[in-house]
Amino acid sequence: MTVESGRIGAGAERSAWGVVRQGLSLTPEFRKGLGVTLVLAVIATSGKIIVPLAVQQTIDTGIATGHPDLPYITRMVAVCAMAVLLTAAAAYLMNVRLYKATESSLATLRVRGFRHVHDLSVLTQNTERRGALVSRVTNDIDQISTFMQWGGLMIIMAFGQLIIASVLMFVYSWQLTLLVWACFVPLMIALPRFQRWLSAAYTRVRERTGDMLAAVSESVVGAAVIRAYATERRTAERIDQAVDANKAAQVKAQTIVGFVFPLTEIVAALAIAGIVLLGVRLGLSGDITAGQLVAFLFLITLFVAPMQTATEVLNEAQNAIAGWRRVLGVIDTPADVADPGDDGTAPPRGPISVAFEDVTFAYPGGPPVLREVTVDIPPRSRLAVVGETGSGKTTFAKLLTRLMDPVSGRVLVDGHDLRGVRFSSLRERIVMVPQDGFLFDGTLQENILYGKPSATREEITLALTELGLADWLEGLPAGLDTPVGQRGESLSAGERQLVALARAYLADPDLLLLDEATSAVDPATEVRLARALEGVTRGRTAVTIAHRLSTAENADEVLVFDGGRLVQRGPHAELVGEPGVYADLHASWISAARS
Amino acid sequence: MANKVTSAVMRQGLRVLGVAIRTEKVVFTFAVLASAVYGGMTVASAWALGWATQNVVLAAFDRGEVTTGALWTGVLLIMGTALLKALGVAGRRILAGLMQYRMQARSRRDVTKQYLRLPLSWHHRHPTGQLLSNASSDAEAAWAPLAPLPMAVGVVVMLFTAAIGILFTDLMLALVGFFIFPAIALLNLVYQRRLSPLVTRAQQLRAEVSEIAHESFDGALVVKTLGREELETDRFRRRAHELRDANIAVGKVRGLFDPLLEALPTLGVLAVLAVGALRLSTGSIDSGQLVQVAYLFTLLSFPIRALGWVLAELPRSVVGWGRVQAVLDAEGSMTYGETASRPDGPASLEVKDVSYAYGDTEVLHEVSFDVPAGRTVALVGPTGSGKSTLVQLLVRLVDPASGQVRLDGVDLRDLPYGGIAESVALVPQQTFLFDDTVRGNIALGLPVDDERVWRALRLAQADGFVAGLGDGLGTHVGERGTTLSGGQRQRLALARAVVREPRLLILDDATSSVDPQVEARILYGLRDRSQASTVVVVAYRMATIALADEVVFLDRGRVADRGTHAELLDRCPGYRDLVTAYEREELERATLDTDTDTDTDTDTDTDTDRRPGLEEEEIRA
Repeated sequence: MTVESGRIGAGAERSAWGVVRQGLSLTPEFRKGLGVTLVLAVIATSGKIIVPLAVQQTIDTGIATGHPDLPYITRMVAVCAMAVLLTAAAAYLMNVRLYKATESSLATLRVRGFRHVHDLSVLTQNTERRGALVSRVTNDIDQISTFMQWGGLMIIMAFGQLIIASVLMFVYSWQLTLLVWACFVPLMIALPRFQRWLSAAYTRVRERTGDMLAAVSESVVGAAVIRAYATERRTAERIDQAVDANKAAQVKAQTIVGFVFPLTEIVAALAIAGIVLLGVRLGLSGDITAGQLVAFLFLITLFVAPMQTATEVLNEAQNAIAGWRRVLGVIDTPADVADPGDDGTAPPRGPISVAFEDVTFAYPGGPPVLREVTVDIPPRSRLAVVGETGSGKTTFAKLLTRLMDPVSGRVLVDGHDLRGVRFSSLRERIVMVPQDGFLFDGTLQENILYGKPSATREEITLALTELGLADWLEGLPAGLDTPVGQRGESLSAGERQLVALARAYLADPDLLLLDEATSAVDPATEVRLARALEGVTRGRTAVTIAHRLSTAENADEVLVFDGGRLVQRGPHAELVGEPGVYADLHASWISAARS
Repeated sequence: MANKVTSAVMRQGLRVLGVAIRTEKVVFTFAVLASAVYGGMTVASAWALGWATQNVVLAAFDRGEVTTGALWTGVLLIMGTALLKALGVAGRRILAGLMQYRMQARSRRDVTKQYLRLPLSWHHRHPTGQLLSNASSDAEAAWAPLAPLPMAVGVVVMLFTAAIGILFTDLMLALVGFFIFPAIALLNLVYQRRLSPLVTRAQQLRAEVSEIAHESFDGALVVKTLGREELETDRFRRRAHELRDANIAVGKVRGLFDPLLEALPTLGVLAVLAVGALRLSTGSIDSGQLVQVAYLFTLLSFPIRALGWVLAELPRSVVGWGRVQAVLDAEGSMTYGETASRPDGPASLEVKDVSYAYGDTEVLHEVSFDVPAGRTVALVGPTGSGKSTLVQLLVRLVDPASGQVRLDGVDLRDLPYGGIAESVALVPQQTFLFDDTVRGNIALGLPVDDERVWRALRLAQADGFVAGLGDGLGTHVGERGTTLSGGQRQRLALARAVVREPRLLILDDATSSVDPQVEARILYGLRDRSQASTVVVVAYRMATIALADEVVFLDRGRVADRGTHAELLDRCPGYRDLVTAYEREELERATLDTDTDTDTDTDTDTDTDRRPGLEEEEIRA
């Protein structure tokens, strides 16, 4: 089994049985006590033959002759009734055990999958669409659970039912048993084909539903553009088309179901007619009693339900295996940027130094985006990183915070290879503020606390004051209790950046890395913030990916990236004087501002 | 609230079903007919079996011979009833599906038409997620009971026929039936009542688990950079365990009731056998009748649950329908005038005493300014000063609470539908692309040839990357198409505006994600053709402001000042503070530096700009 580095496994390389085997090995809660559950299932299933058996007994003990043995029938019925209650009790116990076992084991698997997604590097996470990734710990797991609680159970019960019914039939008459199987076998052979049609039809429905939801969302998400360009009618037509195509696919799938489902009834009737025809002849030659013959008619009904649900069950089995495959695919994807955990070192806190030694990075299958970078950042220094789009400055930041590992070369923190430093230490000492200030749905306070869960309200207020944001906080309707909305959407992009900055500041790292962290803030606020940061980062190492000239000017040193290489390094005053990338960049900044 | 099957929910649910039945009369009628055939034939098949038992099987065993006529009649009866029953089942299923899917599609079309009709201010008041689920899951839930409905009606037919049949067969056996079947129905009712709140809770928790996963994965970068994986996992685990417990609670109820619902009819059959044997010994019934009744009990036990299925779906249906209906009942739409005015050449714009509020918060207060034809005006102001709201008023996405916006002297409200779009093009701050081709996204139904589309793309500096896309103009973009960077999307949105050759072009911070060098070329191009249109531009960047003939400075929803850039710099302190923030900083630093270091006097007079490009690299990672 090979998993391509940087990609989340689809698990396609596994056989269905392999998936089930591995899936079961990952869910010990499910396997524990499974034997008892299966025994209960057998008892519950055997309840199905009580009725045919009772009918046979009743008829053969006298009904046929018109002089029933009443005391015997009464006793027999009483015993059967007890048996029914017993099998019902067995079914109840089996159900409860099954639900508990599946739900516990799947909850564990769900949490494990979730945790593993967070252990994957950003790079690996981004190879898959967010919704698909979420699906692996939600819908995919739900599909497995539906199957384990219904479909899988149905398969076991159906087989049990067919076997028990067939055994009883065989005891009564082997000829009639052969006849019944002769009627049902062609249907059994055809069922997988029906299931394929159905599965194809359902796939189409899913695709059309996706199209429909996308079209519908345009009327909401694109509301402003649609109105501004007066394209209501055109949009409505597109939506109607998508909605109707979805409906057509649904109706088609339903039509297949509608025709396949009652086929079993016809086959069953065929079998019943055959039993009557052949049974009467067998009866005349004394091979079978009347009660046994009638019991056959009842036993046929035990064949109907498994056949009718078979297509559905097969479909679910397929979905569940696909779901399982995807879940295992995530869990099996190696955590490419792994926490060394207890094997790692945890350098003491305090002034921090960083060194890049011949560091090269390339995205899987792509050309290097950072080439042989060697640089050291002494403790307490303030660095600005500049460069054009695609020059490698964000990659530099991601390697420095170990969001990714270099392809070759080393990144050292206080002399230790970053790959050997415990995450608990690393994340405490080095914090990056990304450009997109992502916030969680909650209050302002909850979001800032994310930087340091143990902080008090006073500490938060103090942090905001130190950053020069006290005025802004006062202007908010509910202060620290202001809800930020989903992904922080109730705040402006600039305000989100302020919160993200405060969050990182509260975390109190030894090295603060700002990746264009105030790019959406308005100029006046940004200047104020820059000043405040200058004060509060004193004594720490600070690396700023610069989007403004003044950041570069204020830094102790500027790192200039171009085409993935570190091309220049030195104080602004020095660099601006010599011909090179920095001087060009400087000139274009000035001219853009001047035009 | 509505997750219990209370009588109020029942009443409302039946009303919802009534709506569907009235709307899809024909389909419903045929579905019910098919289901009635199914119901009738189910009973008939038991009767056929009883007949065959009595007249073929037992007759043969009694007399030791069988008449061919009786034998084939029995076979015909069995096959005939089965065929009709199968047809009934097929018809019922297909037609029930047709009805359900048609109603869902209808609701979806109606709801989205309403979304398109209602004014933007209505959209502002409703969260996106809610509107999307109104059109998807709520429309689905509203009509979910339609799937089992015809079957339920068929079951009623079935029970009725069966009851009459048994009644005619034997009173004692009928008594057994009249005890067992209501007991099954009652058990079902109790079952659904206990189950639905649990199922609703489990569904709710499933949604919450999914939300946490979504949010947490979206914020992966923050989670990683702050090392909060364990915290996130705890948060997820708590909810996942709640979901587990909720599912187990559902399982316990199912696990109890399902076997009971199966056991009850079986006990019924046993009772029939005991009572039947007694009746048989007194000669009240014959063996065939006994087999018929016993068989009927076996057949009826499953379909009778359909009544429960309808019942189970009702609470969700009522909630879903209520939400759909709330959208359909929403009032308020823009009314349009009939003043057709379309002079050629650049348009003039007048904003007069315009005020606007979101709820109680007034964001614009008596704003007035005018833009003469052919001029370019920059709207400048700090975050939250009301610029974007003002822009929405300029193209009548919303109407002012008071005051007027006039285009060529005509109040926007007096223009016909489409009249504004004909003259004015807005490039909003947030780029929106349709799930369509590049061409479709730019033309938006406007009959323009490729040449004109390319011209617009050139002006927006988008021709280069569009030519590099797989299918050029035919490349699929938007939510589920080729991934474009923020800057590329903005340039397409700009091309969409200029392809219309608008008489008034409004840019709301429309080039914020574009590289400064590219932006400079775009602005240069726009200035080149600025004779053709009037331009209103919202901006922070000096480069953009410099393009304007005049600046309107907004502060806290009011026009604080207006004039040329130079004039405002001179006399308006707020404006000066905002646009020269960087410049002043530079100056201070330079002064500071000259005190300590005399080498840096070369750049004391630099302006700076913000945000050099940051797109491709971000997208890639």
